[in-house]
Amino acid sequence: MSILVNKDTKVIVQGFTGKEGSFHAEQCINYGTNIVGGVTPNKGGQEHLGKPVFNTVKEAVDATDATVSMIFVPPAFVADAVMEAADAGIELAVIITEGAPVKDMMYAKMYATKKGMKTIGPNCPGIITAEECKIGIMPGMIFKKGNVGLISKSGTLTYEASNQVVKEGLGITTAVGIGGDPIIGLSYKQLLPMFEADPETEAIVMIGEIGGDLEIQAAAYIKENITKPVIAFIAGQTAPKGKRMGHAGAIVSGSAGTAKEKMEALEAAGVHVVVSPADIGKKVAEVLKK
Amino acid sequence: MNVHEYQAKQIFKEYGVPTPRGIVATTPEEAVEAAKELGGNIWVVKAQIHAGGRGLGGGVKLAKSLDEVKQLASEIIGMTLVTHQTGPEGKLVQKVYIEEGADIKDELYLGIVLDRAKEMPVIMASTEGGMEIEKVAEETPEKIIKVAVDPTIGFQGFHGRELVFGLGITDKDEQKKFISFAQKLFAIYMDKDVELIEINPLIKTGSGDFLALDGKMGFDDSALYRHPEIEAMRDISEEDPDEREASQYGLSYVALDGEIGCMVNGAGLAMGTMDAINYMGGTPANFLDVGGKANAETVAKGFEIILKNPKVKAIFVNIFGGIVRCDRIANGILEATKMVDVHVPVIVRLDGTNAPEAAEILKNAKIDNVIAAEDLADGAAKAVKAAKGEL
Repeated sequence: MSILVNKDTKVIVQGFTGKEGSFHAEQCINYGTNIVGGVTPNKGGQEHLGKPVFNTVKEAVDATDATVSMIFVPPAFVADAVMEAADAGIELAVIITEGAPVKDMMYAKMYATKKGMKTIGPNCPGIITAEECKIGIMPGMIFKKGNVGLISKSGTLTYEASNQVVKEGLGITTAVGIGGDPIIGLSYKQLLPMFEADPETEAIVMIGEIGGDLEIQAAAYIKENITKPVIAFIAGQTAPKGKRMGHAGAIVSGSAGTAKEKMEALEAAGVHVVVSPADIGKKVAEVLKK
Repeated sequence: MNVHEYQAKQIFKEYGVPTPRGIVATTPEEAVEAAKELGGNIWVVKAQIHAGGRGLGGGVKLAKSLDEVKQLASEIIGMTLVTHQTGPEGKLVQKVYIEEGADIKDELYLGIVLDRAKEMPVIMASTEGGMEIEKVAEETPEKIIKVAVDPTIGFQGFHGRELVFGLGITDKDEQKKFISFAQKLFAIYMDKDVELIEINPLIKTGSGDFLALDGKMGFDDSALYRHPEIEAMRDISEEDPDEREASQYGLSYVALDGEIGCMVNGAGLAMGTMDAINYMGGTPANFLDVGGKANAETVAKGFEIILKNPKVKAIFVNIFGGIVRCDRIANGILEATKMVDVHVPVIVRLDGTNAPEAAEILKNAKIDNVIAAEDLADGAAKAVKAAKGEL
């Protein structure tokens, strides 16, 4: 079992023939992801990486019954691509692109929600169900199959956490990189219940960072609804106020969104919070062996 | 990207948001000319820097004669202004804004930001103008009215009514004026991809008019490509030169006060690396994300920028290769040691894609001050020791 995606999930790629799209689509195919085609306007009818190319998402969905789209289009065209996917009946859009204007994502997410389409990202590594389906840019080899679910705002910290978990002799069910932009798709609060309901997931790792209050919302949700152990790390304990730390959303405004307040809220909700990111794997092993 | 008050007010004027008349000046002589052109017998001389709290820091002064305008302008231009937002080193004032005096009856606050929880803009208004709004939010949160506006319907009459009733504006004419003010400000927020717009204070004059006495604006960097008119307002002298240089190479850099330079791929891991160093008893000297497009050139540049800081006693390179391949980083490190004099120990931890090849490259290079680390904990521990001269 897993959440959201598995080996049967039919995936198309928007921005299929571009440099990034091609490189990562090929990696996904090699991993075993069921990529059934891609979309690049004006290249419909061609074949790319052995898969059909379509002019529009609608055509791609009609021809392939794809339910998930992996989006690689440049930042200025992300909102358009997301809305096109929603309009075509895609169920989940995984938006890898970094640097989409916030206003564009505001409209795109509203439309996606209206159409019942879930989104992951933007500015994220994507989602991977270990040894089944990789939709994104993560190095697949570090995600060994196991019983730990992973939710993270950061790409490389996701790899770091998975690597540590695997070194402890454990593994991952599904890992979701939710992205670090001010407006993102699925977040902790929507993903936690999916992991709670997944019979194979026995523990959940959540990695957050400074800025916004998604981790605080998650803490409140965990306290009331989650029975599986949750291990958390919040990045940016040493970040100065008012400075943007790489991710567009990673900024402490005034006194809101600090790592400290998030760590305290999570601890109060019974979450196992680690102070150093080097201790994530160890803590997971400790909690699961109890 | 942020702009100066005088630039924010230019945008206000384009949209019909009422502001006092003013002219920017870079010399005391220009300041006097500006005051003459504005006319009247009272002027405000305002330092133009990208930071709040200018008044308290002595950067905003009232002049009652042209001589006084000249004197104040000569004092303020060239001064290093220290406010609660500049840090102790302060900021050099290069321009002043000469503004006509205003008849202040009431001071209000009006701002628009993204409400990240609601995922739409929220207009914030308060009767406590002229105060630090963070302080008001902390001490008397009930004095801040928040009205979220769904951008798909835009600013409607009811949004305006919520604002004026919340602020206790009862005069019908004043209500109309305030609603129109807020509506125009909202249009600016949406049209220009604004990240934050703040007017503190927004004043009510004796005759019941509303004027933007101050103006602070920040813009979404990701949307600047479609606003060349805003990009043209960029004042490079207000930006940290190292941060700026880094960004030109696709690196994201923030200077801190510690001793251990960090070079990391990914913003989250970069913050996590700083936290790990702190946890091990060390202090990070910077945040540096080499991003997904790191190559030998950008990595070498990263070293150069880190080493500009004389406090740096060791560098911790922590790379988990996903998009960035570790062998590329390894080559970057080698090239950097040829381009820059790396006079401090460099702790290198490379993991992920092509990590074994990277380890091989580094081993074959045989560079004395490059020390390999096994994992994050080992790397952080070694970096802390190296900075203390114990490695």
